[in-house]
Amino acid sequence: MKKNDIILIICILVVAGLVIAMTRFTNQTKNGDEAVAVVTIDGIEYARYPLDKDVTETIEISDNNYNVISIHDGQCEISDASCPDQICVYHNPIENNGQTIVCLPNRLVVTIENGSDNDIDGATY
Amino acid sequence: MNTKKVAYLGLFIALAFVLSYVEFLLPLSIGIPGAKIGLANLVVMVALYTIGNKNAFLLSLVRVILVGLTFGNLAMMIYSMAGAMLSFLVMIIAKRTKLFSITGVSVLGGVFHNVGQILVAMLVLDTASLIYYLPFLIVIGTISGIVIGVISGMITARVGRLFDIK
Repeated sequence: MKKNDIILIICILVVAGLVIAMTRFTNQTKNGDEAVAVVTIDGIEYARYPLDKDVTETIEISDNNYNVISIHDGQCEISDASCPDQICVYHNPIENNGQTIVCLPNRLVVTIENGSDNDIDGATY
Repeated sequence: MNTKKVAYLGLFIALAFVLSYVEFLLPLSIGIPGAKIGLANLVVMVALYTIGNKNAFLLSLVRVILVGLTFGNLAMMIYSMAGAMLSFLVMIIAKRTKLFSITGVSVLGGVFHNVGQILVAMLVLDTASLIYYLPFLIVIGTISGIVIGVISGMITARVGRLFDIK
């Protein structure tokens, strides 16, 4: 390893760290409105589910694909999906503002809006 | 392209293909889409430093298409193609500036692979919220880039001259 390599690695890590810190700062919430999970398919908003009401719903996507969204205890998760990688199913439940579950194969995105601030760990995004 | 070149390129492609399969069997489930160890990048790195830029580019291209058709779907192929092409471009530039060793080039490759993937995913899904993943993916890309860079440096130093076909 050359000296330049180490400088490069440190620079990249510092920039990434700053961005993580910044997103946590600018992610201040407008509390007051109730928290909702916004489901977007292919960039088009599909539905909104308030987090204070327990619900389980199957979202049908073209070609027999589906994601099952489940809201309980103020948290939102994907409990089942037709996608091959199942990354969205393994994703931890989300509840804080700006947290996102993405299912790339089904082009489905779930984002929390108006949620409480994420005061635990940014790494759970 | 002489026979030796064809043979070596075939060998490298097969190796990259197998490593992609190994990676496919051992997914890194940390809840971030697109996070991978990048084992196949090891082959691309070694190729870049032994059989030349043009051949390494061909290798990268053929690998993405083969792996996409075999293990993935069209969407996954588009993401990895974007990542592979952007990362290859950056690696070539980084290599040409001669500022960095193989490790630095590999780190840049790993980082920009993830940047390319996220940019295309943002375009395809038409959502900006994916940008939240980017810093974490950059950190992961850096770490895997260091590992891949050090290993490919060792390989190149030991067996690199065997592939001297330029």
